[in-house]
Amino acid sequence: MKLTRTKTFKAFAEPAWTNNPINMQMLGICSALAVTIQLRTAFVMTLAMIFVITGSSLIISLLRKIIPGNIRIIVELGVIASLVILTDEFLRAYYFEISRLLSVFVGLIITNCIILGRTEGFAMSNPPHLAVMDGIGNGAGYGSVLLSVAFLRELFGSGEVFGYDVIPQSFYDAGYEDMGFMLLAPAAFIIIGLMAWLQKYLSGTGEKDR
Amino acid sequence: MVELVSLFLNSVFAGNILLAYFLGMCSFVAISKNLNTAIGLGFAVVFVLTVTTPVNWLIFHYLLAPGALAWAGIGDVNLSFLRLIVFISVIAAMVQALEMLIDRFSASLYAGLGIFLPLIAVNCAILGGSLFMVEREYTFIESVVFGFGAGVGWMLAIVAMAAARIKMRYADLPYGLDGFAITMIVTGLMAMGFMLFSGISL
Repeated sequence: MKLTRTKTFKAFAEPAWTNNPINMQMLGICSALAVTIQLRTAFVMTLAMIFVITGSSLIISLLRKIIPGNIRIIVELGVIASLVILTDEFLRAYYFEISRLLSVFVGLIITNCIILGRTEGFAMSNPPHLAVMDGIGNGAGYGSVLLSVAFLRELFGSGEVFGYDVIPQSFYDAGYEDMGFMLLAPAAFIIIGLMAWLQKYLSGTGEKDR
Repeated sequence: MVELVSLFLNSVFAGNILLAYFLGMCSFVAISKNLNTAIGLGFAVVFVLTVTTPVNWLIFHYLLAPGALAWAGIGDVNLSFLRLIVFISVIAAMVQALEMLIDRFSASLYAGLGIFLPLIAVNCAILGGSLFMVEREYTFIESVVFGFGAGVGWMLAIVAMAAARIKMRYADLPYGLDGFAITMIVTGLMAMGFMLFSGISL
């Protein structure tokens, strides 16, 4: 069997592109956009997200047979919150500067609907290896949107990629200017809107809802 | 007093919790389809933010902050790492308690707000309000004003959006732009409008 046809690969690929959490399920946009001014913060946020979603999927999937059905949401929230606290404390201890830039948005991963949705919808009813792949896939799909928004905003907003200047000085001499607008909040909304349009147009499967 | 008014105006307009900090997007996109539901959810958010932000202030400053337990004789304990899990539990508990209180004392208000209250427990604007209150080191009075202002700002944004979406139903949009995409773009334009208020200071 080819790698791309296995169930494990599908658990990863489906959320990462074909059923991407931000554009298609419209979930989890909450905490995503405020950290997209720079690629660096968006990248750390993506790693944090992948860690939390994979870890919580794994733990919930391992415990799925012993968690009583009627208190499962509380158990799920408890697991997610503990992982978020771990991430937050880790960033504070070793990457204080970045943790300052991310400010409250690492903590807000708790209320991110993707994670609770995946633990509730997938990990509760699937074995650990599938749940882990699903978690990584969802984290990667979320990260791809976050990083592309951050790339556009950093490139056009401050002429940099990961903090390195990429627009040559000759451009500035010729009258090119960075778009300050890209660094403001409205730009993120508009970029996300255009990306959702593009993805819906390309995949051609969006349902009509207004 | 002037500072409080200025803090209120800032949290409603220039520092709008939805349009400038992207908090509470999930329910914003889903609920703004209908004007009446948007108004109901807006009031519920104002209510819950105004109550939970000060309550979390008290809990943080008397139980969790570094040295906060000095009144109990254990001043060198720092429990601030617990704040995320404590805040989210407090919010869930407050929402539950509010729901029961409203149900007991006002049937009409319950009919209007009741169904929205459980939704609010997982709204990131509520947790965000409490976390911003800690990060910006507000005093107690400021936390009340900030909670109320943030709620009013969120409500203003969702009600305006719901009104705009009624008009958009008649717009003939290209395939794929309708629904989610145009909602985000209109939100972006609205955010631009709200940013204009950032030049105003008292």
